[in-house]
Amino acid sequence: MSWEPDTGAPDRQGAPIDTDPMNAGSVDSGSVDSGSVDGARRAERRRADAHDASRLVSFGLRPRLVPARDPDYRDLARRYLREAEFAALTQAIAAGLGLVVLDVSERAGLVPAGAEDSVFAVRIGDYARRAGGEHRAADRLLHALAQLAVAALAYPRPADLADASYVGRVSVHGVDAFVRETCRLLAERTAADDQNVDPPVDAPRLEAAWRLYARRASTGSTRDARRLAGSTTGIIARAMNFLVESGCLVQVGDEAGGTFRTTPRYQVQVRELAADAAFEELLTLGVITVTDGAGSVRVLVDEPALLEMTSAGEAADV
Amino acid sequence: MIEPASTTGPDRLPPAIGLVGDVGMIRRLKALALTQPLHDLDVRKAHLDGADFAVYAMAELGLHAIDQVTVAMDFDRGADHDQVRRRLVPLAAAQAPGRPAAEHERVASWVLHNLINVGNVNRGFEAGYGTVHADGRYERRRFDFKLLVEFADPHGEIYLRATDEAVTVLVGALDTDITSAQVAAEVALDTLIRRGRLADARSAAEAARYRTVQYAEQLRRHLDATRRNVLAVDWLHAMPALVDEALQHVEQRYRYENAILTHIRRYRDSADDADHKRQAADLVAIVGDCIRRHTQLQARLLEAGAVFRAEQDRQQFAVASARGGIDLHSQLLLPTLALPAGDAQRPAMAFFPGAVGVRTPRAPRVLDLVDLLLRPVVERDTLGAEVVEAELVALAEPARFDDETWARALGLLELDPAAPRRLSALLADARRGDDRDVADLVALLALHAVNPRVDASRQAGETTLTVAVDDGTPLHDPEFGGADLLVGRAQIVTAPSAAESSDPAGITSVLTEVRAASGAAVPAGRRSR
Repeated sequence: MSWEPDTGAPDRQGAPIDTDPMNAGSVDSGSVDSGSVDGARRAERRRADAHDASRLVSFGLRPRLVPARDPDYRDLARRYLREAEFAALTQAIAAGLGLVVLDVSERAGLVPAGAEDSVFAVRIGDYARRAGGEHRAADRLLHALAQLAVAALAYPRPADLADASYVGRVSVHGVDAFVRETCRLLAERTAADDQNVDPPVDAPRLEAAWRLYARRASTGSTRDARRLAGSTTGIIARAMNFLVESGCLVQVGDEAGGTFRTTPRYQVQVRELAADAAFEELLTLGVITVTDGAGSVRVLVDEPALLEMTSAGEAADV
Repeated sequence: MIEPASTTGPDRLPPAIGLVGDVGMIRRLKALALTQPLHDLDVRKAHLDGADFAVYAMAELGLHAIDQVTVAMDFDRGADHDQVRRRLVPLAAAQAPGRPAAEHERVASWVLHNLINVGNVNRGFEAGYGTVHADGRYERRRFDFKLLVEFADPHGEIYLRATDEAVTVLVGALDTDITSAQVAAEVALDTLIRRGRLADARSAAEAARYRTVQYAEQLRRHLDATRRNVLAVDWLHAMPALVDEALQHVEQRYRYENAILTHIRRYRDSADDADHKRQAADLVAIVGDCIRRHTQLQARLLEAGAVFRAEQDRQQFAVASARGGIDLHSQLLLPTLALPAGDAQRPAMAFFPGAVGVRTPRAPRVLDLVDLLLRPVVERDTLGAEVVEAELVALAEPARFDDETWARALGLLELDPAAPRRLSALLADARRGDDRDVADLVALLALHAVNPRVDASRQAGETTLTVAVDDGTPLHDPEFGGADLLVGRAQIVTAPSAAESSDPAGITSVLTEVRAASGAAVPAGRRSR
């Protein structure tokens, strides 16, 4: 690929390549006589800029790379933040590739998002492909819900999403307990509304999503002592491992079914894109939840004396 | 669903009555459905391959399995699979004594797996039933339930707990109030014992124990929820009421059970029939277990208030943040979960691509693609790759002295038995060659010869061995210090049997055995001592 990282400076001679969409053909068309040397130098600098900008995009496409680990990346991220022109050039290159630059920071680096129909975007169909048969729709929904739940527990308070220095800590069992507790609350709520009749047989799509989750086994023994893939902990573990591959989580331990911490990239993605997209869908469906901004989940600092083995990954509770 | 009677006019009366009846009907239908998996066991055993399983009463085994899990359940844990299976195997064996043990094992596993319903993705059961609406419309509904549920403890070990439904099936008291049923069981138990009907008393005592388990389970769930969020549980009215009720209950039952225990003991001691005696003894054990469980429940009940206060302190004084932003839990997760599955797809799937970020697509070259397509399917071996048998070679330390050195050193020590030599002379001979190691080896061998292993040499069939004796002459040598040993060869002769018997293993026997062949070396050594 043309934006593969290349340590050498652009030194290709010959006809100037018109890669720069920002000021193409606007600078040096009339000044050939007066300063052809000057014009050539400017064209070369423009090519170098384009090279650097695409290099920054290419760094951003390597999800597990952070500026702290690569001095070149760090310099380019700093340059992006410093020079508006360079930033615009980077964004234009990204846009041409079908990417949107969500954010650039020294902590997270360049965080791109795939525009619609972009080759870089991940589709849930690719992700939950293995599910099949009668449970296909249910499995897809559970996989998608698992992703939502991981984010909700990783950033339990609204402020956590806004605080760039916040690092969330989540575990597989913690997320499962978190969702099940939410399901329990919903079950209680419907019981209070006297709607606790069982779902109709022939309309699976009308069954509330929480029932689907609550009904699914949370864990199960398998013949080869692996995690049961169809159980909710299996689904959550898959979601988390996928997020690890995408540079969104980093595994920190094996306790509570696997414990992970969040990366700045994940925070940006959830804050800038995912949460809004889901919220918009909810709005279209007519579901509007008004909060006071204080957050419905309280995050508690576990006193060491009360700390249990299981609560390590469950700092946040419903 | 139940409409107030005042609003019902004369023409609407029948449907209202129908609805009231409907609630009871639903309960009965559900109760009926709960027994279905147990009946299914017996129906499906005919389809099992391998042998004729008709001899096994599967439903009975199923009930035993639920029994085992329920009894093993305490506040924090349940039974593990193996434990339940181990208990089931003897029962299966009792049903079909002629069958092989492997088959009993298989039956036990099959029953347990079917009660968990391993084949179902939810690991649960479902049953259908219909309800009639007020407007006469008939609607089919689905009732989901589980009998045995698998949980993972903090270490990832999987254990089983019986659900409330399963316990209900066992006790047979379908949809009844726990408290009243418990008191009824109490009274029944007491009367039964007085009348001497111990078999019935036993079942009543067991029923009472299951209810105790249910009580504990209820409390456990509430305390768990409290630990997560104090506000999730009504600590103002509901929880104090429950705790009070349960405490009262424990107190009452404790009194009852002690009374019953006294009764049974008296019965046991006075009974003449051996069978009755044994039954009474069983009953004592069961009631004893009940008392133990009650004590445990009581301890938890007394702690409940403290848990609440501690959690309140911990949770209420947590710093609340005032900054705004989207609240993922209350604004996204909760509403999405509350939506019907069809609608919930949309927000959940809209969230996904944004959250996971981008993936660089991997485009294989056409050449690779052909390879990829033509590659045969990798057959996965259940056992994994073969473990390579490592070729282990014993780590031998290289000899300090090489063969040539040994040959020369031993050559020097091949002395004429009649002419022992001084060590200094031997060293001088050894140093004559260019190999410096020879001198070292000669010195070591001479040192070794001070206390030679006579027995080993004799067993090896040797007739002579090298001996060295210190006669007090100091050694003058640039490399070695000590005594200038007198080195010679001594002949081994078999000791006289008298000497052997009087001193079987002492050093004197060595000295007597080694008679000086040279006539000079050993006497000289002896003199010096």
